[in-house]
Amino acid sequence: MAASDKDTPAPIVRFDTEPSRYRHWQLTTEGPLARLAMKVDDAAPFRPGYALKLNSYDLGVDIELADAVTRLRFEHPEVRCVVVTSAVPSCFCAGANIYMLGSSSHDFKVNFCKFTNETRLALEEAGDRSGQRYVAALNGVASGGGYELALACHAIYLQDDGSSAVSFPETPLLAVLPGTGGLTRLVDKRKVRRDLADVFSTLAEGVRGKRAKDWGLVDEVFPKSRFDDEVKKRALALAEALPGKEGPGVKLPPVAVERRDEGGKSSAEYRHVSVVVDRHKRVAELTLRGPSDEPAPSPAAFRERGVDNWAFALFRELDAALLDLRFNFPEVGLIVVRTVGDPERVRAHDRALLALAETDWLAREVVLHMARVLKRFELSARSIFATLEPGSCFAGSLFEVALLADRSYMLDAEGGPRIGLSPANFGPLRMANGLTRLETRFLATPARVAALAGETELLDAAGAAERGLVTFTPDDIDWEDDVRIAIEERASLSPDALTGMEANLRFAGPETMETKIFARLSAWQNWIFQRPNATGPRGALTMYGRPERPEFDWRRT
Amino acid sequence: MSAVINSEKIPNNVDLASDRKLGRALEAWQPRFLDWWREMGPEGFQEDLVYLRTAVSVDTDGWAHFDYTKMPDYRWGIFLTDRVSDRRIGFGDLMGEPVWQTVPGEHRNALRRLIVTQGDTEPASVEQQRRLGLVCPSAYDLRNLFQVNVEEGRHLWAMVYLLHAHFGKDGREEAEGLLERRSGNSDKPRILGAFNEPCNHWLSFYMFTYFTDRDGKYQLLALSESGFDPLARTTKFMLTEEAHHMFVGETGVGRILERTCELMRKNPSEDARAEGGIDLPTIQKYVNLWYSVSLDLFGGEISSNAASYFAAGLKGRAHEDRYPDHMALEQSLTLDVPGQGLELVKQDVALRNAMNEVLRGEYVEDSQRGLDRWNKILEKAGQSFRLRLPSTRFHRAGGIYAGHHFDPEGRPVTREEWERRSGEWLPTEADEAFVRSLMQTPIYEPGKMAHWIAPPAKGIKGMPIDFEYVKRQA
Repeated sequence: MAASDKDTPAPIVRFDTEPSRYRHWQLTTEGPLARLAMKVDDAAPFRPGYALKLNSYDLGVDIELADAVTRLRFEHPEVRCVVVTSAVPSCFCAGANIYMLGSSSHDFKVNFCKFTNETRLALEEAGDRSGQRYVAALNGVASGGGYELALACHAIYLQDDGSSAVSFPETPLLAVLPGTGGLTRLVDKRKVRRDLADVFSTLAEGVRGKRAKDWGLVDEVFPKSRFDDEVKKRALALAEALPGKEGPGVKLPPVAVERRDEGGKSSAEYRHVSVVVDRHKRVAELTLRGPSDEPAPSPAAFRERGVDNWAFALFRELDAALLDLRFNFPEVGLIVVRTVGDPERVRAHDRALLALAETDWLAREVVLHMARVLKRFELSARSIFATLEPGSCFAGSLFEVALLADRSYMLDAEGGPRIGLSPANFGPLRMANGLTRLETRFLATPARVAALAGETELLDAAGAAERGLVTFTPDDIDWEDDVRIAIEERASLSPDALTGMEANLRFAGPETMETKIFARLSAWQNWIFQRPNATGPRGALTMYGRPERPEFDWRRT
Repeated sequence: MSAVINSEKIPNNVDLASDRKLGRALEAWQPRFLDWWREMGPEGFQEDLVYLRTAVSVDTDGWAHFDYTKMPDYRWGIFLTDRVSDRRIGFGDLMGEPVWQTVPGEHRNALRRLIVTQGDTEPASVEQQRRLGLVCPSAYDLRNLFQVNVEEGRHLWAMVYLLHAHFGKDGREEAEGLLERRSGNSDKPRILGAFNEPCNHWLSFYMFTYFTDRDGKYQLLALSESGFDPLARTTKFMLTEEAHHMFVGETGVGRILERTCELMRKNPSEDARAEGGIDLPTIQKYVNLWYSVSLDLFGGEISSNAASYFAAGLKGRAHEDRYPDHMALEQSLTLDVPGQGLELVKQDVALRNAMNEVLRGEYVEDSQRGLDRWNKILEKAGQSFRLRLPSTRFHRAGGIYAGHHFDPEGRPVTREEWERRSGEWLPTEADEAFVRSLMQTPIYEPGKMAHWIAPPAKGIKGMPIDFEYVKRQA
């Protein structure tokens, strides 16, 4: 792996795309149904060096999928069921491209897996929360990540033609694990019996037809001649059972950004967000700007503003900035977050948005989007410090950013910063563990969360510290040194140890399928990927497709 | 010793009588096989007495015993060539180790897949050919068709034996699956593409037995090198029967060529079609079709499966002992791989990953030999037309050339050119209709031949050509 880290410098990753630019997916809608058909252009890999055979995917393919899933929610409210299928004969999807994985650096691989997982969770959430259900129409072999994509869907239909199968060949063929939640969803979501799951997960060729249904791996099987009709019938039935939404949708333009690269600093300037990366210090300064306008006065005005509604715009930009940091700045270890603006205005926007979200699908979608971006933030393997300075607006939805930080520094001074809570802190922006960030913070003292709900005034540093809402409150004499030293110290620690430590501490409280998926991805999948049995010179992943067979170190841990 | 057939019900040399578990499994499967045979075997001839070759032992004279038999009473049995003592794996990473008499767990799934894929082709071809008897060109050919059919049925038995004997419940389920899939049925197709192609006239039948059964020969040769000894011994015995199938194909096409040349001589403008024969360019189109779909059966040119089968000692090369080196680790094979647009670029592929291509290469040479003999017939008849094998890139549905278009010379062509010209290279619907129009009525009268085909040089097993090879009971 080390060699390939050097041989193949990762290209700059950009996430902006739209359906007319898709190379790997065909998105069509027809009334309440959408068809998302995978037809991967094997000659268009994300970077040179491998061909995307058999509908296998890489980051480029998944960026388009993520885009489609987001667009369907915002641009196509009329769609209530999305059929995910393949436009390549006898092959649904072969999963992540093995040669791509084999030749990628470890950090890229981990970030790739994380991103694909976030997309599948978003797709799953669209069914649970947005009234837009995904069903998988497996009209060919679905192996590895292909079957995992299906597992994220609400229902799985498999063509019964003697060759279409679902499979997890990772363990028997490659000596790794499925990387997008497949094992977890198998037993936690589909509740496949663990002994059958065990057999399935060691059977490279997978399971077909009736047995796949009997084992609970798929919901229904249909012969080829009836497959399309039966799937459509069920998709329509699912769509009809869901409430309709009043159109039209809101078009998502590209997120505008201006980038600069000078004097060891790279900056990205968005409308409400700016990022300045100090490559030498390996620190990114992230600034989020509060609203400069009043909330939209009516549902119609909200619709009219569309992507220009402050929260929607800011969180779209924050999402883009986070993905940029993850993929294009792997050496940045610490993100220091600041906010600029009027905390009361943030709270006003929160209140208006949340009130509207009770009746308006678009407002609800914006809130769900904010929740996803915040989750993406705390799932980023970077240390996060929040610094609360004069002129900042860590209130309501933006205070969630302070809460997700590993620690926070709030200046205690005359005319210093003030924080505030809003309904956004008490339910709509939940973490992967199903709790609010306040509930997770105060696991030992749940009553404090209830008490905080009554706090309507803004709080200064002393008030915030007293309520346990910030970590440190240095005064103006200590501030500069304390913050500088904390940043320098943090940036000096082992990036691996920090990643593991932060992931352990950030997600206290109950496990959910989502937390399990990410935890197991980090702990098991990523570990196995690093082990010689997979990626050593004679490891199975290294040897895949080569003439020699792998060799294992047989010692179990 | 082992040459003795020790059971009347299921002839075998694997001591079925003393293996109760296996005996029970096969006895349960046998009625289902017979149901399948009645449903999907040759249509309309089940009660007729057919002069068939039956294997009664694996000795040189025992495996070719000739007599009249009703096809459903054919002695489908299980025969393995005799065990070679102290046989060793002859290639791959485990070279020199003793061969396996039982399935190693590590390779169970791969072996099962190999056996099921091979096994699936056997009943598939019977299904493809089931209506051909109704339009047969002679009783002699009818008998040959049935001989091919019953032996394909026996080859199915051979594979089912391996599944039953070595793969437990999974194996039994796979054995049932072999009877459930149907050639050309889109809901439950046979596994490989060529075995779902319609084979509904005798020109296609001869081409099939020449080209497609020859793929079978090479697959069996490769499997007969297997480190899994029961598979090696089973396939080795199957090879003795496969030779006859290719003989039927080669002589069948040869007799058509002979007759076509005769008919051309009769016609002032050498128009064979006008004389009720099959013209040479049409025959060439069927060569192009069946050769190309048969090439697909060898699998992808660059294949990690092929590499791992070779590395693990599961599937070797045909006549592995003729190769100087059995590790195949150092060499590579240079392939012309489609690049940007219409260009082909050279790519070196590690030899193990190119094992499908190695086997395909042997097949191509072997196919050419029969073609040369066909061309001798044309030469002797004074015709300048020569049959040619198209390029291995032509009309491929699998491997690196699939999705690209090539002319029969292997030159890349655009999709548009392909669509415009493919009718010059492959049989059109009109060609199919024409060939079928020649074969409307069956000829059962001993010694008589259809108008479009010449009689064979000699009969079966020293019998005259006008011998009653099939006694119709209807």
